Amino acid sequence: MTRYVLVGSGIAGFSAAETLRTLDPQADILMVSDDPYGFYSRPGLAYYLTGEIPEKQLQLFSKKGKLNLEVKQIIARVTNLDPIAHSLKTDRSGTLTYDRLLLATGASAVNLNIPGENLRGTVKLDNLEDIRLILSLVRHTRSAVVVGGGVVAVELVEGLVALGVKVHYFLRGEWFWPNVLGEAEARMIERHLAHDEVILHHHTEIAEILGKRDKVIGVRTTKGDVLRCDMVAVGIGVKPNKEVAQAAGLKTERGILANEFLQTSDPDIFAAGDVAQIFDPRSGHSSIDNLWYPGRKQGRIAAMNMAGQKQVYKRTVAVNVLLLAGIMTTIIGAIGSGRDDGPAYTTRGSSETWQQLPNTIATETGTDVSHLRLMVGEQILLGALVMGDQTISRPLRDMINAQVDITPIKPQLLQSDAQLGQSVMDYWIKTKS
Amino acid sequence: MNFPLSHETHHVQTLATGHVVPEPERCIQCGICSFNCPIGIDVRLHAWLGKPVADSYCLTCGECVERCPRGVLHFEKTGLFLEGKE
Repeated sequence: MTRYVLVGSGIAGFSAAETLRTLDPQADILMVSDDPYGFYSRPGLAYYLTGEIPEKQLQLFSKKGKLNLEVKQIIARVTNLDPIAHSLKTDRSGTLTYDRLLLATGASAVNLNIPGENLRGTVKLDNLEDIRLILSLVRHTRSAVVVGGGVVAVELVEGLVALGVKVHYFLRGEWFWPNVLGEAEARMIERHLAHDEVILHHHTEIAEILGKRDKVIGVRTTKGDVLRCDMVAVGIGVKPNKEVAQAAGLKTERGILANEFLQTSDPDIFAAGDVAQIFDPRSGHSSIDNLWYPGRKQGRIAAMNMAGQKQVYKRTVAVNVLLLAGIMTTIIGAIGSGRDDGPAYTTRGSSETWQQLPNTIATETGTDVSHLRLMVGEQILLGALVMGDQTISRPLRDMINAQVDITPIKPQLLQSDAQLGQSVMDYWIKTKS
Repeated sequence: MNFPLSHETHHVQTLATGHVVPEPERCIQCGICSFNCPIGIDVRLHAWLGKPVADSYCLTCGECVERCPRGVLHFEKTGLFLEGKE
């Protein structure tokens, strides 16, 4: 009987367990993770923070639920991997052996690396433990500073606002999330945040978190200004948890390198999820998706290959749907390299493939409440960003995924007063039938 | 003369022609849909499995469609004689 060990209990690890159990009802499957809460909806944490769902709603399946996988679980941190001996060491349960191993160790929040970061009141939004901490502190929190320019930072802002905290939002650049959003798009979100009485501080970074009796009492900015606050919430990005793989001699770059079968440089070790930097034979690039659905798909494909099949992971265009300051936003495919001069971290809810963009013209249209940007390539649409009205987002996803030839409507799309949404919709209906 | 349909008949007719369909690629399994379903259908499980909510108890009230923060759910016509989906 083949012994499968899955490291990580996030979406990729869970999806792999589900697939392995389906493929082999008798298989010996062991899941090792240092998250004591097991598998839950990580992106759902933001809605727990805002109070839209209770904590127990984050769990997808009860133990007696419909998807009882009969997977043995160990709560421990993997400290060492020996690919030759096919063994793992953990901090709590000794040595484990495997026939096939999946590394789905995810990514962790990046620290600010500034003085005062360990003071009580400095928080992040990475796992359930973090939300519990925020909720325990919030009764004594009147004002907070949030830093970071992506999805997680804005989720922290919205969560704290919903909890009645006065929020100062520090943005390093000219506008919110500059490496993904254009100015008009970002300003829409900033207007909504300001409407919720969030105080935006552009071109502002923290130099030091100030404390008294081990508690946060304020921040000092790089310009030397001091701002009083009781909490500092950090959402500047994530870094893949690749240390164990790296120490074991597996090939790594930004993440653990995996081929199109999600196999690492060791044939019995596979990688999936936020830690996996996966080769795409079509583009010739290896990239990381910090996205939920690709993580699920990668877990499934890795499991099939672990079970002896030969399944290629076909990267579809990266899609994410976000609720940014109440504005539904769908990002599809490549939308640009953006402009952000600071250190580049990936953020949760983003994909490196969004940045890969050769020979493209951007064209956009919008109102106060909706915005549409198309990235028009030689013959196909390479990416799109849809804010507000989502009618066009499914047709766009289908067209970008299928690489539909848009030559007949390209001149129309590039006109200065183009009716982008209508042109795309009409063309989609025509090409579909 | 007016012969209004009973609530039950109207409901069965509605279900026969349309139901809630998930788009799994957009779903992050937060469970807001299931939490807000007035009769406790696990809509999220349907989204996980990529199956329409064809539960005969579904009121087609649209609460899950409206509440989903990621636009995963939408109503779609169904029917034995409907060719093509949209």
